[in-house]
Amino acid sequence: MALSNVLEPAVSGFNFENSTRNIVLENGSEEGKIKAPKPMKTGTTIAGVVYKDGVVLGADTRATSEEVVADKMCAKIHYIAPNIYCCGAGTAADTEKTTDMLSSNLTIFSMNSGRNPRVVMAVNILQDMLFRYRGMIGAHLILGGVDCTGSHLYTVGPYGSMDKVPYLAMGSGKLPALGILEDRFKGNMDLEEAKALVSDAIHAGIMSDLGSGNNIDLCVITKEGVDYIRPHRESLYNYKRQAKYKYKPGTTPVLTKTVNQLELVHETVQMMETAGSS
Amino acid sequence: IVSTFNNYNDLYPDWTQTEVSTGTSIMAVEFEGGVVIGADSRTTTGAYIANRVTDKLTPIHERIFCCRSGSAADTQAIADAVTYQLGFHSIELDEAPLVQTAASLFRDMCYRYREELMAGIIVAGWDPRRGGQVYTVPVGGMMTRQPVSVGGSGSSYIYGYVDSNYRAGMSKEECLKFTAEALTLAMERDGSSGGVVRLAVISEQGVERQVILGNQLPKFSTV
Repeated sequence: MALSNVLEPAVSGFNFENSTRNIVLENGSEEGKIKAPKPMKTGTTIAGVVYKDGVVLGADTRATSEEVVADKMCAKIHYIAPNIYCCGAGTAADTEKTTDMLSSNLTIFSMNSGRNPRVVMAVNILQDMLFRYRGMIGAHLILGGVDCTGSHLYTVGPYGSMDKVPYLAMGSGKLPALGILEDRFKGNMDLEEAKALVSDAIHAGIMSDLGSGNNIDLCVITKEGVDYIRPHRESLYNYKRQAKYKYKPGTTPVLTKTVNQLELVHETVQMMETAGSS
Repeated sequence: IVSTFNNYNDLYPDWTQTEVSTGTSIMAVEFEGGVVIGADSRTTTGAYIANRVTDKLTPIHERIFCCRSGSAADTQAIADAVTYQLGFHSIELDEAPLVQTAASLFRDMCYRYREELMAGIIVAGWDPRRGGQVYTVPVGGMMTRQPVSVGGSGSSYIYGYVDSNYRAGMSKEECLKFTAEALTLAMERDGSSGGVVRLAVISEQGVERQVILGNQLPKFSTV
């Protein structure tokens, strides 16, 4: 039953090592008070659809830090396994690290057992981890993949709840995206229809939600392989930089120049024992 | 302490941050030879319906099911843990497990972790020793056997209907009709319940599942 893990499972309970330090920082003297950093969220639109031959996942590419766009070409469709990809909404750091950890664990499993991982395995591992952290990890994930049992699409919430459905949208832009999906989703669509549907759903999220924007990425997963289309559709509002920020040498006048020659005093060579030495 | 996720500006509306709950209507009835269980299909995150076709009737063993209400994450995790424990126990015994055993496992977990969990579960099934049985394990971790049990946020609206319409000795078809009607009434009145009605009959022969779609639900007066 035990699954090999890259990282040791956490010791029971939370790690409160930094609490005293944080309290001191936050309640410092008037000038010395430091505000805790707000976690960067990917105000997002992500969507997924199961079609005839597999799964299509889509995402926008905007990462926001409150009202500023922190990343215009953020990659929200994360690699989990050759046949499984995961879209992440919520706190950017949490989705990155969670999906990385999941991907590592599944790779180890593949090597140990010689099998391709199944989507339901990824879901179970995620559920176990997120439930253990009681919602403190802000990861709202859409997992999609094709394995020997078929094509599957799951959503996992930050508290560890899971739903298996044929079409999904998550993130701050999920309501407009879901409107498009509810209107046009059909079972057993073909590839072009499915791609158009997901793309339009993300586009609706981009248009109607401030936290989503820029380009649209798509990821098509089938039994034969994966087609990661980045970007599938580019934003109409890509502007070029107006000026260069490189300064010619000589722009800043040099006032004085001092050169300190460092003298080589002593040199030692130490041989290291390496595993490969005979 | 470092700020957590709950102070946002309007970019991230409040309803995206609350925990997913199966604000629910669930029900189970014993009859001669088995049990009938039923549930609605709505899962909510605040005011948003996260899943309108949820399956809240979760198999724990071949002839033992549980109906889940409360926090989706908590009940899924508990059901997974109990499924493992019961499966292991059944293999050790080389025998079909008792429904009471399953209910006890749920009760142990729900009582031990009562401060951390929010789960109201109805365990129902058939075993060769005592036939069809329904055990309710509400929030807090009590366990009691009842011939008919309702649970979830929608149950408050149908206690009167259930108390006045239940008779001992109903047949399987009568139980199915009774459950479907009770759940429909609960779904009509409770905002957190809705969607379709999922039913299952568990007996010596096995499990038969059915779904009653929205437009096929029994009709009551629309006052």
